[in-house]
Amino acid sequence: MIRSRYASIIAPLAIIFLGVMILLAIPQTRPVVEGFLNGAFGGRNHFNLFSTLARFSILLGMAMSVLVSFRAGLLNIGGEGQLVLGGLTAALVGVYLPGPPLYVSVVALLAAMTAGASWAVLAGLLDRVAKVPLLIGSLLLNYPASYLASYFVSHPFRDVASGATQTHRIMTEARLPRFPGTILDYGILLIGATAILVIALEKTSVFGYRVRMQGYSYGFARTSGFPTGALYYRTLIISGMIAGMTGYTAVFGLNQRYIDGMLTIPLYTWTAIAAVLLAAIIPLITPVTAFFFAMLATGAVGMERSADIPREIGQIVQAVIVLYLAGVGGKMLSGGTKEDH
Amino acid sequence: MFLDSAIIESIPRFFTPVLLAAIGSALCERAAVFNIALEGMMLVGAFAAVVGCVYTGSWMGGIGFAIVAGAAFGLIFSFFGVQRGGDDIIVSIGLNVLAIGLTAFLLRALFGVQGQFEDPRIVEIPKVNLGPVADIPFIGDLLSGQSILVWFAVLMVFATHFFLNNHYYGLRIRAAGQNASALRSVGVSPERVKTVALVACGILCALGGAQLSISNVTLFTEGMSAGRGWIALVIVMMCSARLPWILPTAILFGLVDAMGFRMQGLGLPQQLTEALPYLLAIVVLIIAFRRKSIRQQALGQSES
Repeated sequence: MIRSRYASIIAPLAIIFLGVMILLAIPQTRPVVEGFLNGAFGGRNHFNLFSTLARFSILLGMAMSVLVSFRAGLLNIGGEGQLVLGGLTAALVGVYLPGPPLYVSVVALLAAMTAGASWAVLAGLLDRVAKVPLLIGSLLLNYPASYLASYFVSHPFRDVASGATQTHRIMTEARLPRFPGTILDYGILLIGATAILVIALEKTSVFGYRVRMQGYSYGFARTSGFPTGALYYRTLIISGMIAGMTGYTAVFGLNQRYIDGMLTIPLYTWTAIAAVLLAAIIPLITPVTAFFFAMLATGAVGMERSADIPREIGQIVQAVIVLYLAGVGGKMLSGGTKEDH
Repeated sequence: MFLDSAIIESIPRFFTPVLLAAIGSALCERAAVFNIALEGMMLVGAFAAVVGCVYTGSWMGGIGFAIVAGAAFGLIFSFFGVQRGGDDIIVSIGLNVLAIGLTAFLLRALFGVQGQFEDPRIVEIPKVNLGPVADIPFIGDLLSGQSILVWFAVLMVFATHFFLNNHYYGLRIRAAGQNASALRSVGVSPERVKTVALVACGILCALGGAQLSISNVTLFTEGMSAGRGWIALVIVMMCSARLPWILPTAILFGLVDAMGFRMQGLGLPQQLTEALPYLLAIVVLIIAFRRKSIRQQALGQSES
């Protein structure tokens, strides 16, 4: 069993390595690989490396949000709505709240986390009170959230002068500062710290242990007298808070305003789910897989520049990886939830 | 005040894609395959229909391509989810992302455009004109001048109901869902039965997509299924996959869609009216699952 599992990891890696070597060996296909590497890591002053890291930052945040709930056996796939509402709330606070920059920034962060958490709790209430499965409830809530955000930025809060469907620019002094000479902002530190906290607490704290046990076996957690009801909502709140925070860093760091579709079109949430699944829901591996998917997306952009291959190839590769995973991973998600209901 | 002929005429256009996907989803549900890739299947269907139209120059080519694409997605699902025993949810997530990526990729690779593709070669599916019936108020608007797929969808509801209850293969699909080992014991492979259900579901979803892209409008936009696959899933969950209930529920959603479309004309922002079906879906699910859980509780009490 263990052996076959290692084989199922090593075999594809070997094939990919071989494939890349062959591509490098043939002169005609060499620019493709170079374009990919350049797109992910190269550029002038390593510009592309920093855009990979900026993408990684958002993916890592969402992956942590997904990880927390998946680890507890809760299929919260409504991260998108939580992310969007977090970003939107942060943008509105950043644009309209007067006050010192630090105050605005902190209030925006807290408001974004509250927005994300409440959307997650709403999905939880649907599940617990109205018995709508979390998987479906959380997913359906994505749509009202993104339509609402879309409405806000195209009607009441739109920066009409800019012509695009976006909010006004947030207070300039309140934005997250950037690392000197790069496009990367300090948001990655916030997300990184959160990730470290999540990974560490999952292993060391009582709460993390209980969450894990609940994920492995709901029945066991309940029989052991864990407060499963409180655990359920707390996990969702943490998951939603991290998603909201990720929305905040995207708005206060990268774009400094909320642009319609900026958090949904790049499929951040679905990519984050893919990253968590690729890591087999193991916290320590999740940052690695999140970075891998960030690299895949920016590398695909580089390939588009150098070899004229549409960048969506990155999403296709991602989907193939998820399908392969499903094939070798077995019942990773539904197995744990069977006892739940 | 809302129900005028234009609204009534548009209801079938709105409910048909969802209805087709819901029939497919009901087949999967009965075969105990948790298929939440309806969204992706619809999207590839919509795209394949446009491709088929452009390359063959006829709407039949569009339908043909959609059928092939839908069946292919059903087979991929079956390979990873049924044959390899993968998690249905993960396979579905993979397929949904694959559909988004693949359609966007091919849109640029084949036609060199991004976002939206319009072309005079995209032909509309012919509409069925019922002659004298068209003159009857309301009913005429509802029944006449609808695309072939509308009629196909409605007929498929009854056909599938009959198939599941009377045809031997329909019984096998239900057996695969209820007790796979019983099916195996009489020498029928449940895996194969599930594959058939998945392929049928893929084809139906893809036809729903074709209704979107070569009948409701004649263009393709990225992500044009816009959550209809999830609405279809909600309908099936709400009706517990019972087909006689699926038709009226789908019509209800079509009505809400049509009313939302009308409210846009009255000045309500598009983003809010488009959220209506999802809000309705949530309300509907709350009602459906509450009823179910109350019934289960009552059952549990009578047993103990």
